[in-house]
This record gives sequence, C-alpha cells and structure tokens, in this order.
Amino acid sequence: MKNTTISIAWRNIRRNKARSLVIMISVAIGVAGAVLADGFMEGMSEQRIRSAISNEISNIQIHNPQFLLNKETEFTIAGADGIVEKIKSLQEVKGISRRFITNGMASSAEAGAMVSILGISPDTESQVSSLSQHIVGGKYLAEAQRLPVFIGEKLSKKLNLNIDDKLILTFTNRDGEITSGAFNITGIYKTTNDNFDKTEVFVKNDELKRLAGYPSGTVNEIAILLKSNELTSSTVRKLDGLLAPQIKEGKLIVQSWKELAPVVKSMSDTMNFFSMLFLMVILIALAFAIINTMLMSIMERTREFGMLTALGMNKRKIFEMILSETLFLSIFGAAAGLILSALGIQYFSAAGFDLSSVAGGMNSIGYDSVIYPDVKFTFYATAMAMVIIIAVLSSLWPAAKAMRLRPAEAIRENE
Amino acid sequence: MSIIKAEGIFKTYNETSVPVHALNGVDLEINNGEFMAIVGPSGCGKTTLLNITGGLDLPDKGKIFIDGTNLGGLSSKELIDFRLHNIGFVFQASNLIPVLTVKENIEFIMMLQNRPKAERDGKVEELLNAVGIIGKADYKPGQLSGGQQQRVAVARALATNPRYIIADEPTANLDSASTRELLDLMAEMNEKYGTTFVFATHDQRVMDRAKRIVTLEDGKITGDKTISK
Ligand SMILES: Nc1ncnc2c1ncn2[C@@H]1O[C@H](COP(=O)(O)OP(=O)(O)OP(=O)(O)O)[C@@H](O)[C@H]1O
Ligand SMILES: [Mg+2]
Repeated sequence: MKNTTISIAWRNIRRNKARSLVIMISVAIGVAGAVLADGFMEGMSEQRIRSAISNEISNIQIHNPQFLLNKETEFTIAGADGIVEKIKSLQEVKGISRRFITNGMASSAEAGAMVSILGISPDTESQVSSLSQHIVGGKYLAEAQRLPVFIGEKLSKKLNLNIDDKLILTFTNRDGEITSGAFNITGIYKTTNDNFDKTEVFVKNDELKRLAGYPSGTVNEIAILLKSNELTSSTVRKLDGLLAPQIKEGKLIVQSWKELAPVVKSMSDTMNFFSMLFLMVILIALAFAIINTMLMSIMERTREFGMLTALGMNKRKIFEMILSETLFLSIFGAAAGLILSALGIQYFSAAGFDLSSVAGGMNSIGYDSVIYPDVKFTFYATAMAMVIIIAVLSSLWPAAKAMRLRPAEAIRENE
Repeated sequence: MSIIKAEGIFKTYNETSVPVHALNGVDLEINNGEFMAIVGPSGCGKTTLLNITGGLDLPDKGKIFIDGTNLGGLSSKELIDFRLHNIGFVFQASNLIPVLTVKENIEFIMMLQNRPKAERDGKVEELLNAVGIIGKADYKPGQLSGGQQQRVAVARALATNPRYIIADEPTANLDSASTRELLDLMAEMNEKYGTTFVFATHDQRVMDRAKRIVTLEDGKITGDKTISK
C-alpha cells in the first residue's frame, strides 16, 4: 500500500463491479461515439479539401486582382515568365501551371451550358492537377491532337455528348466579338464535385489563345502545387515577399486555397466545431451519469465515510479518494472507448465507408460518397483531456456530500 | 491527573419535531489510565456523551477538554487532526474498511499520521501479536468473525498510540467467549500501555470488568462509583 487514498479508491472501484462496469461502458461508448463522429466529419472534410486542392484549386494561385472580380480574360498577369522563375526557386513547390481562362458557352446540338474554359498546357497542368487520374472515358488532352477538349461527366450528360463528339465553345474574343470553335471531346473526367464537373472544361493553351486573339504569353492564373499542404501558409508568405513590388502596385495577388475556396475551408471549420460540440454534449451527459454513480456509491458508504472522518481522515484526503475513484472510472472507460474507436477508424480508413446507398446526393455538394474517416491525434488527446476535466468536475458534488458528513451522525446510520 | 474534563455539557437534538434533550448538564472528569464504563438505559445519552468526549460532536453548551485542549476552540480541520493523534475509536460493529486487509486496516491509520514504513511495519506486527490474530494479517474483514473484527478494531485504535480510546458498545454483537477475550485484551492494553479506555455499554460483562462505572439517566449523571478489586 503506497498511497492510502488512491489504493482505497482503486479497491472501491472493484467493490461494486457491475456498477463500475456499467459506468465505464457508458463512458467508453460515449467517447467512442464522439471519436467516430469526428472521424467521419474529419474524413469528409479532409477528402473535400484534398480533392479541392488536387483537382480544382491546387495549394496557391496567383492572379491579377481585377481578374478575381469577374474573371475577365483581359486582366492578365504581367511578366508571368519572370514570376514563374521566382516560384520555381522555392523548394516547397512541386508543380506550376499557367492557365489562360475565358468564360463562355459550351453547346451541343441539343443543349448549352455556361462554362469556364481553361487553356492549359497538358504537361505542366498535370504537375499541379490530378484531374488526369479521374478519367472515366477517353484520355487526357494530347499534344498531338487538334482542338481537343477535356470535360466533366456531368457536362457530357447534360449536353448528351460522348468521346469523339464535337463540342462547340463560344466566347468573346479580345476585340469583343463573339467567336466559337468546334472542339473534339477526347476525355471525360469525374470528380466528387458535380458542380466542378459541370462547369470546368479544359483545352490547349495555345489553341484557346489563338481563337481568343491573345498573344501566346498571356496568363490569367498561375496555379502552384506544393509538396505538402502544411506548407501553404508559409509559402504564401514567402511568395508575398518575393513578389512584393508587384503586389504593392496592385498588379498581383497571391492566395491560398483557403481564400480561394472559403466554403471548403469554412465547412471544414464548421465540422471541426460540431465534432467538438458533439464531444462536449456527450461528456456533459456522461458527467451526470458519473455524478449519479458516485452519489449512490457514497450514500451506500455513509457510515464508512463517517468512520474515516472520525478516525482522523481529513477532508482533503476524502476528496482525493473520491476524485481518484471518479478518475479511475472515467479514465478507464475513456481509454477503452478511445482504443475501440481507434481500431474502428483504422479499419474504415482503409476500407472506406460507402454512404452512397443512404446519402446519394453527396457529390452534388462536392463531397465523396465513400468516406475514409480520419481522426487527428489531437482529437484523441483533447477527448482524453476533456474526460479528465469532466471527471474532476463530476467529483465535486459527490465529494462535497462526503466531506459534509458529520461523523457522529454518519456512524449512527444503519447501525 | 485528568485526561478528560467535561464541564456543564448540554446537548439537544432538534432534527425531530420535538427537541430531544440528550444531555442536561453533565460534569465528568476522567483520569489518565482509567478503565471505565458509562451505563444507563437505552436513550439516556451514553453515545452522545461518548461522542462529545471523543471530539466527534460538539456540545451546545459547556466545555470539553482533552489533555488541557479545549475542543470547542479547534477548527473542524484541527479537530480531525486532534482525533487522529490523540483518540482511538472502537465502535459497535463494521469498524473496518472492507476493502483493506487486516494488516492494511491497521497500517492505514498510521499512514494518515505520516509515520515511516519501517515504524508502521513494526507496529502492525506488534499489534497483530498483541490482539492474537497474527495468522490472519492478509484476510479481509469480511472473512473474520465478529470477535476477531473487534480485536482488529482495538489494534487499529492502539496503532496511533492514543492516550485515550472510546468504545461504544464494543461487545454488543459478540458471544460470551469473544466478549471475554476482547475485554481481556483491552484490560491488558490498559495495563501495558496505560491507555485510558471509556466504554458506553449495557453489557453486564463489561460492567463487571470496569474499574469505574458512571451511570447516566435522562442526560444526567446519577451515579459514579469506583470499584476497587
Ligand atoms: N441525530 C439524532 N437526532 C435526533 N435525536 C437523536 C439523535 N441522536 C440521538 N438522539 C436521541 O438522543 C437521545 C440519546 O441518544 P443516545 O444515542 O446518546 O442514547 P444511548 O444512551 O446511547 O442509547 P442506546 O443505549 O440505545 O445506544 C435518544 O433519545 C436518542 O433518540
Ligand atoms: Mg448508544
């Protein structure tokens, strides 16, 4: 027997095994529920972010600030070649793509749709975008072919077009005249974001510029993929430094995906907030279960506490004892819950959890219907820390009850 | 030399609809090394008086001194500490912590006193021997007979080296053989360590062994005789 109060507390836990087990299982289930919920929400938003970065936005983009207002092609990036050279000097950078962008109409014989037409160079584009890995028909833009176009599956369905069909792209050229070109559909892609698939069409840089009447060096957007998403903020800061003169003159703006797709970012923040809220609500409910268990246990031991006080156990030690009992119950319960949920998360993070049968419309809001849950270590640590805080708080009421017992009266009880 | 001095003690319980005047002006002086019994009919106030002299309860009126310390002048924390270092307790039943072994029950109270391990071990050994339950050191209280449990309670009460032990009906649940053994033990400890013992009891067998008998009736002392044997 090393520490009296802790040792007595530990044995008291095992005194009423059924009751201790019931409360530990409740804590385990509650904590596991919170972890699984967080895992799914985190997985969903992580996947959304990853897909937004790898297919749609990349980590960082540079524009002429005026281009961002209405996406008008005339607002180009001056001195794009020099800028690209500077970006290349950063070791965080994995790929850079120059894009020429115009808005227009895509049409078939049957229908039309408003689209964003992105002129790209297939080599450099595939360094920043993994769209070429999401092909459901045909192949990626080939250099050799004339007037190829790469479109989303949603758009192809809407226009009722297929591989090798002609897609008419209509847009205004540099002189303000309506121009159109007949492009050949060489590839069809599909991401988890229906909206993207409906509106983004890819053609070759030089062909689009020629049709639109812009010189070959024209660039509207520089997209940068980094070696890791964690490097985003620091790289934005570095670029802000490197390109400071142009930025000051208002000719350039460097933005991370968080600024470019605020919805993706805020959805992810919202989900994080909700999983914390969920954890809190569960823990508060558990707090009352713990309080109830401890109050019952103390009521049964009224005489014993009276006797301990009579013998000379002071209030601090009584508090320590009750706090230890509460901590044992909660920490063991929480540990079991965390281990079980970590195993569950590990399983589903490999196997994936297919929601398509219950939630068909996930893609229409940009989310994958197969979720690979993901729980950050900090969530487990936070959950454990909060369980400990809740346990300490839950012990206050029962402890106060035990400390208030007057020995003479407590000993009279059930004598 | 007196170890306990109670002066004009009054105690009324107001929890019930009609207040119960449990003690109505009790004056009592107990000398060091006494082996005495407080007797009287049920409800006369024995337990109340014992609790007050043991610092478990405070009187509504009157003063109680133990070894010159006025218990009414102590804070509740000081009072708990005072009990730990000066008074031993043996109650009627269920004296022991059920989750601790016999040895741990005795050791634990010395741990509350922060006494070093070697000293605790020596004392446990000595007391287990003295109360005659050496072979059951690792038993849980539930595995002992009532008499054995009471002997462990006496051992625990002695473990803190108190000047004074109060015992409320310590023999109430015991058969005559166990009662005799327990009384022998307490008398022996009284002799050996000079520890003062005060009992509250109805038990004739206890009264027969007491060296002083104080009779309480309706919360007043009506008799006080010293028996010379
Ligand atoms: N907590 C209490 N609330 C109300 N009345 C009480 C309380 N404790 C004791 N009493 C009353 O005070 C009186 C004295 O009680 P006490 O327990 O001191 O008597 P006792 O002599 O020890 O009796 P017994 O021999 O039955 O143990 C009794 O009438 C009892 O009912
Ligand atoms: Mg009594």
